[in-house]
Amino acid sequence: MARAAVSGRLGERLRWRVATLVGQRVETPAARTLVLDVPGWPGHLAGQHVDLRLTAEDGYSTQRSYSIASAPDGASLELTVQRVSEGEVSPYLAQDLLDGDLLELRGPVGGWFVWRPEQSEPILLVAGGSGIVPLMAMIRARRQLGVTTPFRLLYSVRTPEDRMYVDELQAPDPGLEVTFLYTRQVPEDWPRFPSRITEKDMAAVAWPPSMLATSYICGPTAFVEYAADLLVELGQPPDRIRTERFGPTGD
Amino acid sequence: MAIVSRGFQGRRRPSDHRLPPGQYETRDFPVLSAGPTPRVDRDAWRFSVVTEGNERRSWTWSELMALPAEDRVVDLHCVTKWSKFDTPWRGVSLDLLLRDVDTEAEFALVHSYGGYTTNLPLKDLLDGQAWIAYRYDGRDLAPEHGGPARLLVPHLYLWKSAKWVRSLQLSARDEPGFWETAGYHDYGDPWREQRYQGD
Repeated sequence: MARAAVSGRLGERLRWRVATLVGQRVETPAARTLVLDVPGWPGHLAGQHVDLRLTAEDGYSTQRSYSIASAPDGASLELTVQRVSEGEVSPYLAQDLLDGDLLELRGPVGGWFVWRPEQSEPILLVAGGSGIVPLMAMIRARRQLGVTTPFRLLYSVRTPEDRMYVDELQAPDPGLEVTFLYTRQVPEDWPRFPSRITEKDMAAVAWPPSMLATSYICGPTAFVEYAADLLVELGQPPDRIRTERFGPTGD
Repeated sequence: MAIVSRGFQGRRRPSDHRLPPGQYETRDFPVLSAGPTPRVDRDAWRFSVVTEGNERRSWTWSELMALPAEDRVVDLHCVTKWSKFDTPWRGVSLDLLLRDVDTEAEFALVHSYGGYTTNLPLKDLLDGQAWIAYRYDGRDLAPEHGGPARLLVPHLYLWKSAKWVRSLQLSARDEPGFWETAGYHDYGDPWREQRYQGD
């Protein structure tokens, strides 16, 4: 059995590739999706990430990891980058890049926080802020393949304008239930006061423990810690809960 | 040869020479774990070393506390690219814990409460390179950072420093752990940038 999530010779899969920026989409005031063309891209699983390497003219270089937002689609790859003020890399990616610019990347990386289409159990996705990105790749992969596995998404954001992919998430997608939570400011006539996620919120979306669902939680550390604890308290087996924590790393 | 990223300036710092390749410095202490944080009661806590012959040596929490502790200030390097300098820890050296263990094993598979595992050569746990750490920055180690106690092996990428450490299984074979099975490197030297299998 191959140890990596996407098979293929490792030396080939993990070599640095040169990607070309072929398009961009504004997702929120602070987040932008980069559409990349990556010749020879070996494909990926929903939830995996890539390593990006940026190099300045004097040879100074630094790397960051970014989750893949798109479902596997040939040589095309989409990353959504949330700009972190004071960040070294994210402002460059989310503001300064122009179509035609080149980026070095390698991957896909990560074989744990992934959803595989052959998983037949119900899925709960819990996103805090930009933690939606790898979960969106799972939603897109499910739709692309026409899989009927039931998915629920609980998506917590500060304000309505912080929601990414909002049109896509509100479009009909049979078997996908989307719930938004707002922590600072709610839309007009919204029935819930702004607050962080509560046990009641989680109980409304958690699958019954007997269904042996898998839950994926991604977001800032405090959010993930709290959301995972809630799921455990609601009876979800800890080994059915997969987490990916972002920061706080300043970028 | 790396390609230049048009218009990318980057941010150099005086401490950059302390950074392994591909890393950047953070002043925070990020948390990375694969699942929920296990809550481990100190009264029930045990740390065990199990040899290839299945001989087991265990310590309770109070037995661990009774052993001489060392204070160390070390740099941490996480495979997700961040490094954190000058982190202060207190723990018991594995030289002390392994001193009387009779083994010919060359590898250790580390097991954690919650089911996490990671593998490394036994020699990397000796010679003042590894601790069972239970205090960080003058405080009891917080659960999200691996409390009550974690392995600390700072010369390797941080996923080798297993949180919520429970036991060391010594073996003649190098058996891949949790991340290693998912494609991460069996050794994980940050200075040789051994992030993934094949690096």
